[in-house]
Amino acid sequence: MNAISRRGFATGLLLSFSFGPALAQQGTPPQPRRLPGSLQTNRRLDAWLHIGADGKVTVCTGKVEIGQGAVTALMQIAAEELDVLPGRITMVSGDTALTPNEGVTSGSQSMEQGGTALRFAAAEARAILLAKAATRLNAPAARLTVQDGMVTAPSGNGISYWALAEDGLLRREATASARPKPASEHRIVGQPVQRLDIPAKVTGGQIYVQDMRLPGMLFGRVVRPPSYAARLLSVDLDAVRRLPGVVAVVRDGRFLGVVAQREEQAVKARLALAAAARWDVPASLPEPAVLHDALKTLRHDTTTSSEKAGDAAPVAQRFSATFTKHYLSHASIGPSCAVAQYAADQASLQVWSHTQGVFPLRADLAKVLALPPEKLRVTHVQGSGCYGHNGADDVALDAALLARAVPGKPVKLQWMRDDEFAWEPYNPAMVIEVSAGLSAEGKVVDWTHDVFSQGHNNRPGSPQNGINLMPAWLLETPHAPPYPRATPQPAGAGDRNAVPLYDFPNQKVLHHLIPVGPLRTSALRTLGAYGNVFALESFMDELAEAAGQDPIAFRLAHLKDPRGRAVIEAAARLANWQPGTRGDGTHGRGFGFAKYKGLSCYVACVVELEIDRATGTIRIPRVFAAADAGQIINPDGLRNQIEGGIVQATSWTLKEMVRFTPEGVTSRDWDSYPILTFPEVPKVQSVLLNQPDQPPLGSGEASQGPTGAAIANALKHATGLRLRALPFTPERVKAALERN
Amino acid sequence: MPAITLTVNGHHHQVAAEADTPLLYVLRNDLALNGPRFGCGLGQCGACTVLVDGQATRSCITEIGSLEGRSVTTLEGLAMPGRLHALQRAFIAEQAAQCGYCANGMIMAAKALLDSTPEPSEPDIRDALAPYLCRCGTHNRIIAAVQRAVREG
Repeated sequence: MNAISRRGFATGLLLSFSFGPALAQQGTPPQPRRLPGSLQTNRRLDAWLHIGADGKVTVCTGKVEIGQGAVTALMQIAAEELDVLPGRITMVSGDTALTPNEGVTSGSQSMEQGGTALRFAAAEARAILLAKAATRLNAPAARLTVQDGMVTAPSGNGISYWALAEDGLLRREATASARPKPASEHRIVGQPVQRLDIPAKVTGGQIYVQDMRLPGMLFGRVVRPPSYAARLLSVDLDAVRRLPGVVAVVRDGRFLGVVAQREEQAVKARLALAAAARWDVPASLPEPAVLHDALKTLRHDTTTSSEKAGDAAPVAQRFSATFTKHYLSHASIGPSCAVAQYAADQASLQVWSHTQGVFPLRADLAKVLALPPEKLRVTHVQGSGCYGHNGADDVALDAALLARAVPGKPVKLQWMRDDEFAWEPYNPAMVIEVSAGLSAEGKVVDWTHDVFSQGHNNRPGSPQNGINLMPAWLLETPHAPPYPRATPQPAGAGDRNAVPLYDFPNQKVLHHLIPVGPLRTSALRTLGAYGNVFALESFMDELAEAAGQDPIAFRLAHLKDPRGRAVIEAAARLANWQPGTRGDGTHGRGFGFAKYKGLSCYVACVVELEIDRATGTIRIPRVFAAADAGQIINPDGLRNQIEGGIVQATSWTLKEMVRFTPEGVTSRDWDSYPILTFPEVPKVQSVLLNQPDQPPLGSGEASQGPTGAAIANALKHATGLRLRALPFTPERVKAALERN
Repeated sequence: MPAITLTVNGHHHQVAAEADTPLLYVLRNDLALNGPRFGCGLGQCGACTVLVDGQATRSCITEIGSLEGRSVTTLEGLAMPGRLHALQRAFIAEQAAQCGYCANGMIMAAKALLDSTPEPSEPDIRDALAPYLCRCGTHNRIIAAVQRAVREG
């Protein structure tokens, strides 16, 4: 299998695509036919596929590899439908000059959008090839068989795709009229095919944007203000300009940066530039101890996520509770990085970036840099795992602003550790208020859920006015970020998974979006779902206890969805869940469940918990999980995502909060933002419920919410302590145990 | 600028860089090695790990001036021609990566562990890798890969 060589692009990889305007239509334009997945917005077959006379197949996808294995799974889909071996396929992903625009690789939608599009495009390409072969072989297309691109007629005569390939073969709009294979015929889809990118990652191959080396490349670094609100009083640039290797020092408002010949020279110049700057740092953030009270006093825009009223038994008992979580960092192991190169005449710019959306990034870059979008090419190159909107997009603008000072020269800029921790957009702190009424029979008859949160989706490329690239906010003539708007249900954002999947006859879910809050926020894996599921599934346990029922039986009594029930029962079986067991003060087990976004992958999990009561330290030795992600494209990849999500959410739940003072963010390294380490990582056992005839569902964000809730429920089971405030750090747990 | 001689993966290199330059930048930029990666520059995460005279060492906080006469091995130096190291084969077989950015540190730390403890227990592996951070949650596969490398050597 070919990992695509970026050097290949530079030397002019020949790709015969046409991106011409849609065919001129005559008379009354017919309504364009609705096409599946991302084909709807990228309708030409040759935007997706190229069949070469040389026996090679090129597959283009707007989705990108962010460590989740998506590009490998997309390759499997294309190989399956085309009937070619994976080794023939070269994947080209995320390039404004070469690939379809599939927006952002986010929301666990690569399989649903990109996979679906490729499936239909490849099936149609195969049908076009078979129709040509049928003529050449003088046999009906339906009687032809294909093996690795070799088409054979019943007579035994054959012809290959490569002999049939010709320019313009796929230069047409997709019709989605060729039926993809039924699951029973799949030979590549559904197999644990090895990831395309892993060999390079374990041998030192050139694969990350951090690994790019272009001729004449210089190194950039930026100096950030000490806080969001800091004012630059003065800075002596000349002293920095005289340092060894320094090629340029850039100041534009509060934006400060250096360019040097060698990387360590840029790092030293950064330190010198930071020391040369004098700042006024006002106290502009709330006291962290009252953060959640402060959030509720801020302006918020309220939308109704769900409201329903129905006949129900009278309420016998009423319960309410408030849950909170802190800001979380993406905490990518590798700080964000980009390479930017202006043409010598400054009329065009190329950027290499690990952004999740090359087209949205290009749109915002073009506005800030005042270049026409067509003069700006953004190419995706892998970076460290991002788990959402980290500094990837911001650093691309940083690199471009520095590259503008050295036209014709490529500039590579990797953020330092504190640039990432202190300036990336965090997953928002949240306040979640829930209430419910129980009938005399112990059924939930009404339910309310109010979630207060800043925006979870402040990515670049907003159709509204404003720029979501942080360096643009620091310029002499600053850009403002767009005004955050609620993402509508059913997916939602801050209210993602706030709407219960359970069958409650009455419910009201309100989303209170705080447009401007203390810390910068945007998308982290699950958006609001982790917090909302933590609240919802913790509260379900509280209600089950009040109703005197086993937590799993209580959930099943409120859930008709058959796939949800199957997942819950599978997790219970895997964990050998026994109703009625009691924790012993230091050991317990807990349960959590969600259908991600209310419309995607189902996950249920059971965690085992141990606690050292003297220190308040919680350990999670084991987690059992069941998942239904629809049709499984790659079972090993799916398992990796589900299990990785469990481990990451265990880290969020037990350890993580962005620390700050009124003067600014103080989480700036791994000591001040610790994450889960090897001795603390739970063992995970998972069972996958395949649904070969259902659409594939994204899985990268499905297990986090259930994990957080299951840990809270296990703590209650073990100790009797119900903690409603994340994270469960030793000092917070110890204090709560003492209060209890 | 003084020239400093470094021995990396068995080869001698003259490097024109200041003596206080972190080894990581020289490996990546002068010697074009991709294995060691910048994670924190603080010696906290382990992504930049190399072996210096067989000891797992954070190259982001190791100055090149301290390395004359010593032998540096990077991820690229583990494989024999035509044959990956057992740890590399095991990481591929177990698919022990998601983003893979930490993989260098994991493999180099495991190499140092197996050199001193050829048959580590699972807790030994967890303890040896405790100072190495992974964010994707791939820890259990990394442990499985180290165990496979022990098995299949």
